[in-house]
Amino acid sequence: MVHMEYYLVVSTFMMFAGIYGFFTRRNLLAMLISVELILNSVDINFAVFNRYLFPNELEGVFFALFAIGVSAAETAVAIAIIINIYRNIRNIQVKNLNEMKN
Amino acid sequence: MTLQLIVFIVLALFIAVCSVLAVTTSRILRAATYLLFVLFGTAGIYFQLNYSFLGAVQLLIYAGGITVLYVFSILLTSSQGDKSERLKNGKMVAGVVSTLAGLGICLFVMLKNEFLPSHFTPGELHVQTIGHTLMGMGKYQYVLPFEVISILLLACIVGGIMIARKR
Amino acid sequence: MEYTILILILPFLSFLILGLAGMRMKNSVAGAIGTASLTGVALLSYLTAFHYFTGGRTAAGTFPTLMPYNFEWLPFTADLHINMGILLDPISIMMLVVISTVSLMVHIYSFGYMKGEKGFQRYYAFLSLFTMSMLGLVVATNIFQMYVFWELVGVSSYLLIGFYYTKKEAIAASKKAFIVTRFADLGFLIGILIYGYYAETFSFTPAASALVAAGTMIPLALGLMFVGGAGKSAMFPLHIWLPDAMEGPTPVSALIHAATMVVAGVYLVARMFPLFIGYAPEVLHWTAYIGAFTAFYAASVACVQSDIKRVLAFSTISQIGFMIVALGVCTSMNPHEGGLGYMASMFHLFTHAMFKALLFLGAGCIIHAVHSNEMSAMGGLRKYMPVTHITFLIACLAISGIWPFSGFFSKDEILTACFRFSPVMGWIMTGIAAMTAFYMFRLYYGIFWGTENKTLHAAHTPHEAPLTMTFPLLFLAAVTCVAGFIPFGNLISSNGEAYTIHLDMQVATTSIIIALLSIGLATWMYAGPKQPVADKLAHTFSRLHTAAYHRFYMDEVWMFFTKKIIFRCISTPIAWWDRHVIDQFFNFTAWSTHATADEIRDMQSGNVQQYSIWFLAGALILTLILLV
Repeated sequence: MVHMEYYLVVSTFMMFAGIYGFFTRRNLLAMLISVELILNSVDINFAVFNRYLFPNELEGVFFALFAIGVSAAETAVAIAIIINIYRNIRNIQVKNLNEMKN
Repeated sequence: MTLQLIVFIVLALFIAVCSVLAVTTSRILRAATYLLFVLFGTAGIYFQLNYSFLGAVQLLIYAGGITVLYVFSILLTSSQGDKSERLKNGKMVAGVVSTLAGLGICLFVMLKNEFLPSHFTPGELHVQTIGHTLMGMGKYQYVLPFEVISILLLACIVGGIMIARKR
Repeated sequence: MEYTILILILPFLSFLILGLAGMRMKNSVAGAIGTASLTGVALLSYLTAFHYFTGGRTAAGTFPTLMPYNFEWLPFTADLHINMGILLDPISIMMLVVISTVSLMVHIYSFGYMKGEKGFQRYYAFLSLFTMSMLGLVVATNIFQMYVFWELVGVSSYLLIGFYYTKKEAIAASKKAFIVTRFADLGFLIGILIYGYYAETFSFTPAASALVAAGTMIPLALGLMFVGGAGKSAMFPLHIWLPDAMEGPTPVSALIHAATMVVAGVYLVARMFPLFIGYAPEVLHWTAYIGAFTAFYAASVACVQSDIKRVLAFSTISQIGFMIVALGVCTSMNPHEGGLGYMASMFHLFTHAMFKALLFLGAGCIIHAVHSNEMSAMGGLRKYMPVTHITFLIACLAISGIWPFSGFFSKDEILTACFRFSPVMGWIMTGIAAMTAFYMFRLYYGIFWGTENKTLHAAHTPHEAPLTMTFPLLFLAAVTCVAGFIPFGNLISSNGEAYTIHLDMQVATTSIIIALLSIGLATWMYAGPKQPVADKLAHTFSRLHTAAYHRFYMDEVWMFFTKKIIFRCISTPIAWWDRHVIDQFFNFTAWSTHATADEIRDMQSGNVQQYSIWFLAGALILTLILLV
């Protein structure tokens, strides 16, 4: 049988891979990809908890659904912003985004 | 060793390897591709949990929609900087250490905890049920969040156009 | 008597008009506005005096004390409040007449004297301000209102002394006047506060029970108030500002530094006179000693000065000393038994204001003619300036105490009062009166007789002043001639009852003889074209002469006191403390804030990834803490 912890281990691993990527990537799009990993791992957790702990309810599934929707929206806006940045400085490296600093 | 377990192990390894590669590869387009694989793997997990609808949504929106969006934007913004430059050691170490520490603590907490059910009763979730729940107005029914999400998406469409359009 | 409020409002309005819109007016218009308002004030003052003194007496035989206005301005407690209003009694009405008369004369005179000066309108605005403040001072219904106007008077004096604000000496003199009088006013203020605390009122007529209960605090308060009065009235050793104040325009000296403001101290003592007599007679006698010393000191300095305005300034100090002495030698409220000095002092205040203003205005004419303050530039001017000569002579005779000029009567009363107090005091004051006659005639001969400075006069022939300047001289000379015959004792006396002045023939004869001897001595020494005796005396007592010429080094003593003692022993440590402790403390806080900010600003890099690492680290630490 597949124990519940196995799923959780996988999702945790994915989550921290995302976190690591968020810390270390220097490209805005790469950071966004890392964020997607984090969100995705949370979705897995919702589904798993729902299935194992509350098989007769549907909260987890719907949270996962809504999270997918929200992340789609987030990605769309973020990419719009990134494209705008690229248009301004021809570049989407984090270290170059210091125009508003000082 | 049931079939389920074998499938799970394959999926789990696939997801783990692909997610690590997605955040470590130096080419941004490859990162997007590995993300696509991770999303496929996740969809597989949903199928394995008998949440076929969720898996389908995952494939449709994530793998089908968002990844395409990523690829397009990568192609639009790619310049000489699509190869990630080398990080400073200090930051790298800080990232690795904090990530590993977090992973360790989370795994420790999770594995120490005894979750009562070790299996679930298989049973498909009917699309009809999902539809009623999504559109119902009673308790544990989700028409209000549904509407909110739709407005959010509308706002995102408008916002995305506003931000990205040429002036 | 409600119209008396106009006496204050008119000059204030003219100050506002001239001060705000003066720059757009022609000089003559501005002068006319100021003079017209002052004419109104003078007429109103005469009307007030006429109504008041013909209005009949109360049953007790005194003139009533009227308060047409007295509204509550600052309430503190149920009992203690500061009022603003108008108080009419014999001395305040006498002061109204004096101030408005002299001020009007000065306004008219200034037309000629200040002709073509830059800032003519400003000058008239300040004159109006001064007149308003001085009038407000004398009609004050309580000690605090008096203090408010007292300071206003100080400010206008400061502004007028520094009228030629491009002249270095004038700036220094105005600052000196302001600082010295302000320093003295500190005593006045403390006195007022003590008085208000113990008497439980600021009015001039507190409840007797409170005063008795206060014990020694009332003499202390009165003594401190006298310190303020001594500052304004240039009593030794606070007199140092008055000679320097002569840097202002001469009409200003006539108005402020001879006739009105400098007698404010005398007026203050007279105002508090019942309290002085009742509760602090020793303090009153001390003021007499101070006044006597001041009179002597100033007279001796006046004997050797060469700047005519300086001579007049020291003469003023000396004469104010006389007034203070007259007040100080009083021993009771009854004018027949030791209260004569009060009347004498007020009488002398009145006559002195007239003839000293006359002297200053005459000096102004002379300075106008020869463009110098120094006696060396003068001599033999009687041929060129007959009107000035005659009026100046009248004033000199008056101040020397020659019958029938006004100074004789008032000075005679003062000497009588002094002799009643103690013969020693009487003889001292008689001697000082003799010195007065001597230095005034030395001045007179030095200006109008003596050797003519031919070279200077050939280059610029002295000429008689225009009518605007001679008219005030003639008017004041006329007043000086007749003022002695005013039945002054009927109007003002220490207890308010009518007192008929009768000359003490012995004192009168003595003082006239001594005055004549002094005049003769001055004539013998200074009337001729050469002054061998004076030169010889100056040579023989060269040290004394130099010391007197330098005003017995009082300025130097003060300089030593302030610079060497106050600055070095008090100000320098305070400055050190301020600079090295207070300032450094704030510098340190600023520095440490800056340094800390410098250190931690790297945390606020704006780098989201760095923030998220910190965030995760914090979350992990919290988790660990919760686990353990």
